[in-house]
Amino acid sequence: MTDTRTSDRPGPGGGSIIPGIFKGMKLTLKALLTKPVTVNYPLERETPVPRARGVIALDTEACTVCMLCARECPDWCIYIEGHKEHVPPATEGGRVRTRATLDRFDIDYALCMYCGICVEVCPFDALFWSPEYEYSEHDISGMLHPMERLTDWLESVPDPPTLETS
Amino acid sequence: MNFWLLVVVKVLVVAGAVMLPGALLVIFGELKISAHMQSRIGPYFAGGRFGWAQPLADGLKFMQKEDLVPAAADARVYRLAPYIVLISTVAIYVIIPFGPDLTARDLDLGVFFLLAVSSLSTLGVLMAGWSSGNKYSLMGGLRAAAQLIAYELPMVLAVVAVAVQAGTLSLGGIVQAQAHTELFGANIHLPYLITGQLLGFLIFTTASLAELARIPFDMPIAESELTMGYLTEYSGLRFTMFFLGEYAGMVAFTAIAATLYLGGWWLPGLSPEAGYMNVVGPIVLVTKVLLLSFLFIWFRWTWPRLREDQLQTLAWKWLIPLSLANIVGTALFKVIM
Repeated sequence: MTDTRTSDRPGPGGGSIIPGIFKGMKLTLKALLTKPVTVNYPLERETPVPRARGVIALDTEACTVCMLCARECPDWCIYIEGHKEHVPPATEGGRVRTRATLDRFDIDYALCMYCGICVEVCPFDALFWSPEYEYSEHDISGMLHPMERLTDWLESVPDPPTLETS
Repeated sequence: MNFWLLVVVKVLVVAGAVMLPGALLVIFGELKISAHMQSRIGPYFAGGRFGWAQPLADGLKFMQKEDLVPAAADARVYRLAPYIVLISTVAIYVIIPFGPDLTARDLDLGVFFLLAVSSLSTLGVLMAGWSSGNKYSLMGGLRAAAQLIAYELPMVLAVVAVAVQAGTLSLGGIVQAQAHTELFGANIHLPYLITGQLLGFLIFTTASLAELARIPFDMPIAESELTMGYLTEYSGLRFTMFFLGEYAGMVAFTAIAATLYLGGWWLPGLSPEAGYMNVVGPIVLVTKVLLLSFLFIWFRWTWPRLREDQLQTLAWKWLIPLSLANIVGTALFKVIM
């Protein structure tokens, strides 16, 4: 009986297995002698790239309570409540206008999967990505960021990239 | 002193002073070296610096875990198996010479004793695999049995060649014989690795890798197909014992390989009779053990696992004929010179 599955069968590269064994050992030795790529997190911090998806910031002034973000969110992690306010006429004898006002805008980061659809879908540029990532909590309820916290993230939002000019 | 009391004291001293620190050191080495080979840092915080206390922390953690015995297990055999594995490893340490006078017990039949007790651990592994009442464990135990039987042979045959060349079975005697090697009437005081047993050394280290079930011969454990082989059901202190036995076995086998082929506690240029060898000897042996252990760790984190048939092919078609040829060659060499 001939057994074709012998140990000295050629490797995937077509050559013998023996050189591959030593090639692998050379590789691991080289890795052993070079500096590890690990960033030793609590002691040293990695600077994320400017457009990193760390946390979502909210600009309440721009928000119109249109609910598009909450409806597009695949995780249903955005909670919005609002009401209509009557704004007095700007000029004498003018018409009283109504304006939608936010009562509640929470994002539950325990649910969020950082897809960024809410940021993409917002027609009034009220949501922004911020590269901040250090907001882990001991209690899961702390991951629900209320409106005040979301607006605080605005400070860390980087300036938009310059427009491309041809 | 009572003979048995003396034996117990010696075994405890050897286990506590040599085996445990040795095993912990090699575990730590494995953690760190494997990490750096994968461009990681590895243990970092335990113990304050370099994570040196990580093996201790791991051990303490394992000990706190519940000692589970599966309902389907053969409880008595299941409980006994780790002791047998650990005891067979401790027994090897008793005969390792650390210096001219530093041996717990230098048996005249040292090498024979070594091979006898080291195959005892196979029994423990089989017991663990069979008694767990788990298919993975059973397959792991079967593979371990097949593998250890296959690799016991080339190992014994490789050691026979050393015994032939040294003319003694005592490990202390083998070190002395290496320190007094004569080739063709000339005094060539070199370890057996250089004076004729290079092939034997390669066979012995390959076989001990297989005996220890380390990559590339870790088929009995093979995480990807057998979960953890014969260790699958073990937890708590009993798992710790298997784990410790594995690494203590690694230190033991590298120490034996160093003694048989690399001159043990002796280095070329040092006098094997001098009193200072009782101080320098252990350092020399430990250095050799660490170098060989590094080699084993290096293999583990580089090579893939062999398939079962490749593993058997290597043993029966290559290592056993080669080790037989090695004995014939050594015997002829011995007669001619």
